[in-house]
Order: sequence, then C-alpha cells, then structure tokens
Amino acid sequence: MDAEKRQSLALKAAKVRAGIIEGVYNAKSGHPGGSLSSADIFTYLYFEKLNIDPQDPKCPERDRFVLSKGHCAPGLYAALALRGYFSPDELKKLRHIGAMLQGHPDMKGTPGVDMSTGSLGQGISAAVGMALAAKMDGKGYKVYCLLGDGEIQEGQVWEAIMFAAHHKLDNLCLILDHNGLQIDGDVEKVAGLEPIDEKLRSFGCEVAVADGHDFESLETAFNAARECSCKPFAIIARTTKGKGVSFMENQAGWHGKAPNAEQYQKAMDELNSAIAALA
Amino acid sequence: MAEIVKKATRESFGETLVELGRDNQDIVVLVADLADATKVENFGKAYPDRFIECGIAEGNMVGVAAGLASCGKIPFATSFAMFSAGRAFEQVRNSVGYPHLNVKIVGSHAGISVGEDGATHQCCEDIALMRSIPGMVVLNPADHYEMKAAVKAAVEYKGPVYLRLGRLAVESCNNNDDYSFEIGKGITLREGSDITVIATGLMVGEAIKAVDSLAAQGINARLIDMHTVKPLDQELVIKAAKETGHIVTVEEHNIIGGLGEAVAACLCENCPAPLTRMGVKDVFGHSGPAVDLLKEFGLCAEGIEETVKKILK
Repeated sequence: MDAEKRQSLALKAAKVRAGIIEGVYNAKSGHPGGSLSSADIFTYLYFEKLNIDPQDPKCPERDRFVLSKGHCAPGLYAALALRGYFSPDELKKLRHIGAMLQGHPDMKGTPGVDMSTGSLGQGISAAVGMALAAKMDGKGYKVYCLLGDGEIQEGQVWEAIMFAAHHKLDNLCLILDHNGLQIDGDVEKVAGLEPIDEKLRSFGCEVAVADGHDFESLETAFNAARECSCKPFAIIARTTKGKGVSFMENQAGWHGKAPNAEQYQKAMDELNSAIAALA
Repeated sequence: MAEIVKKATRESFGETLVELGRDNQDIVVLVADLADATKVENFGKAYPDRFIECGIAEGNMVGVAAGLASCGKIPFATSFAMFSAGRAFEQVRNSVGYPHLNVKIVGSHAGISVGEDGATHQCCEDIALMRSIPGMVVLNPADHYEMKAAVKAAVEYKGPVYLRLGRLAVESCNNNDDYSFEIGKGITLREGSDITVIATGLMVGEAIKAVDSLAAQGINARLIDMHTVKPLDQELVIKAAKETGHIVTVEEHNIIGGLGEAVAACLCENCPAPLTRMGVKDVFGHSGPAVDLLKEFGLCAEGIEETVKKILK
C-alpha cells in the first residue's frame, strides 16, 4: 500500500472517529470505546474492500457486512455516512426519537445496513446464512462480519463457526476486534478466551492476525482471506479500545458512556487536529 | 366430503413442503438433528441442495435462516416447539421478528401430547412466546388437511410465521369441499346459538365430537376452528359473543398467553362476555401416553362437553 492511500484512509478513519463522537455526544448515550477501536476496520472495509454501491444499497450482487457487535453502530453509521449512504447530519440525530439511526443497527430503517443486530452472538449466524445463500445461488459476493472479543464468549458464535466450517464457507470473512476490554473489564479476567487463534483454527477457520489500526497490516490479512479456499477466514485484529481519543484509550469505562460537553470538546479538538494534519 | 383420515399434522407438513418445493426453488428447510421427527427428511431426499442440517444448535439455525431470508430464500427453520420457539426465542425475536424477515419458524411436538418425554419437552408456552413478537403470524392447524393449506399460506405470506405441528395422529375434521383457508380468518365448523366453543390445533377434533354430542342432547353450541391465533379473527369472536354469549376456548397450551388470553383481550376491549379458558392450567405436564395425558388435563371431547354443560346449567 502506498503512502498516499495510507494517508487517505487515515484521514477517512479520523473523520469516522469524529462522526462517532458527534453521534454519541448528541445522543447522550452509546458505545464510543468499541466504535473507535473498530474505526479503522470500518474504514478499510467501506473504502477498500466491500463491493457495494451507495446508490443501490440492496443490490443482490453486493458484498454484505454484518456488524455482529451491534452496539458499535456509531462507527458503522459514521462510515456509511462518509461513504455516501445518507447525510452526515443524521449522525447528530443518533438514538433520537424518530431518527433513522437506531441505537443498534436496523436493516429496515437504515440504507446500507444488511442485518439488524444488537444481541451479541446473533449477527454471525445471519452472516453465515448470507454466505450460504451465495453458495446455493452460485453468486460471487462475500460476507464480512465484525465481532467483538467479549462477544465470542457467546456459545452461538461457536455454533456459527462450526456450521460455516462444515459448509466450507470460504466466502465468509470474520473480523475480530480484539481490544481486550469488555464492560466488566479485562476480557481475560472476566472470562478468558486465549488462545483465540488456536480456538478459531480448531473450529475450522483459517486465521490471520493483524494490527487493526494499520491499513497495510489489515490489507495483508484481507488479501490472505481472498486466497483462502474451502474454509471460513478469521482475522484477529489487535486494537485499542477508544483508539484516537486520548482519554478514552484502553479504558473499559468508555465502553458505553457518552462524553460530557467538556470531554466532547477535548475529543473533537484531538480528532480535528488529526484530520487537519492528514488533509 | 372427503374421506376421514387419521394422521399427524407433522406428516402433512412434511408432505406439503416436498410438494411446494418442486415449483418454488426459494423454499429451503433447516433442521437441527430432528429431520425424521419433524418430517422434513423427504424434503432433504428430494432437494438435498435446499436442505440444511444445522446440528443441535437451534439459535444458530434461526440466525442462519434470517441470513438466508435476507438473500431471498424462504427458510423453514424446524425443530421441536420447545427449542425453535423456546430456546431460540431471542434469535426469533431479534434476527427474524425485528427485521420482519421471511422466515417460517416451525415448532413440532408442541403441547403435552408429546407424551412420554415429559415436561421438559412438552412445550405449552410456544404460542404465548411467538404471539408476543410484533408482526409474527401464529398458525396452529387442526388436522392434516388444514396443515397443508397453512403451509401453502405461509409460503405465500411474506414475513415471519410460526407454525405449530402436532405429533399425535388426529382425524381430519376440515374436509368439506368448500373449505377455504385464509390467515387470520377463523372457520365456523358448527352453527349454534347457545354457547360458542373456540378451539385451536389438535383440540378442534375433540371439540367437534363434544359439540356434536351436545347437539344430540339439544344443546346448540357454535364451534369455531381458530387456526390463526395471531392475528386473531376478532370479528368472528365478537359476532359469536354477541350472538351466543358465553365463550369457551380450548387449546393444548398454557391458558396463560395462548388462544384463551387472545380471545379474552378481544372480548374485554370490544364486547364483554363471559369466557371459560380450557387448556393446561399453568402447570407443567408429566410423562404418559398422549391420549391419557390429554384426558387427565380435560383436553378431550368429554372434558369439553362437561365444561359446556356445567356453564349452561
């Protein structure tokens, strides 16, 4: 990946982060921590990876994206707005009565959302169903599904992975946002998951590890997914919860809390400086 | 009148799917290690490419069905009622109901007539669970004839449907030539003005026997087959209340949350009339032969007849 593309993606990711803070601040609730940790992944997917058309959001041939960790909707919405699915003004109305953008993704109300999600562990099964439909219909689209690391404590995740491996769904790519924190604290202290890579392999996935904040690293991992056949692919993306806003980084407390006016200003100052430096 | 045949509704469910699957390539069947019990094995033999064995993982099965539906398929996610409506409730609510996807949730072996397996498998809460989901259609056909019509209607209807199947073989009771099935429209099987019996599912056959026996004794009970518990045919219920007064509901389900409560709500809000709810009276079942169990719980022709007589005394 050349420096220019890297910078262009970094700029978009900074804008996505600003959209997240804008949304959560105006909603006075929501989930900034995991949205920020996934911001670079959203950016890479929506600007590099997905074969989609914002003018034709329901095109049957499009790639699908399922946000299994639905609480990170602010990140998805910011990416969709930036990609042109709807006006960025909608972000400020997040979680408001009558708003298009619900607290968790609603496929009926928001263009570009492929599946309604929010209950952890459930989105992945729907993604698997979409990948299976592509195989049944001989279609070439791919299905991407983003999961949280805490989320994989849900048994359904492993039911879905076993199913995907059994059906050799090599058109399915799972991305694990591995930021190491969940609501109650350190994932390993709450209910340990390691070794995640070995678990995923033993459940039938091809696995790659990436730096979830480095586009080159993400690209290498996603390209490996493209070459993988007969198996679902899983990318363990190592990330930092709250990434991009200094006082939110690595703080479990920012999992599901909105900043106050002062914190909002500080966060926006940081993100606007990042945007200015990259523009 | 067609010939009276004794058959379990799960049998005609399986047969109808095979029939409809021939012309409708979108129909796919998902099963969680109960292909024979839910009678979809023959669909799998006929259309192996559209038959998805999910293993013992009902939550995932429902989610996979949602994903398939979002890509244009008409998935039937089948298991015992306890698991498809019970265990996977949240998946049905959030992955199927909320996005209003075209998934048909099938609950076989519903009610106490599963028999010997006992309380853990006797799901008497499925109708309550499924009717509480906004937009969910709840179908509980009475016999194999009606099941066939219900499966066809479920395929034609675009949206989530819960279809309840029985394991026990029952006599056909909807075999009139002019029979027509429409989601949300109850069927009046016997006219009468003294009282109305509204039955659903396997209880319809028993109710026919009861009402016919009552007629022979000079009691004219109206009988309604309420194959669709949701949306309830309110018009028919209100008409019956106005014309006959007292209403008796009969269901092989907990009296909480099922047909009886649906009818109660309709009456209270529109046309208050006395109501007696027959069903499983908020208790768990236990092991035993299906027919004996139904008798024990009063869910039989004799029980219905007795109840009506007591009311009219």
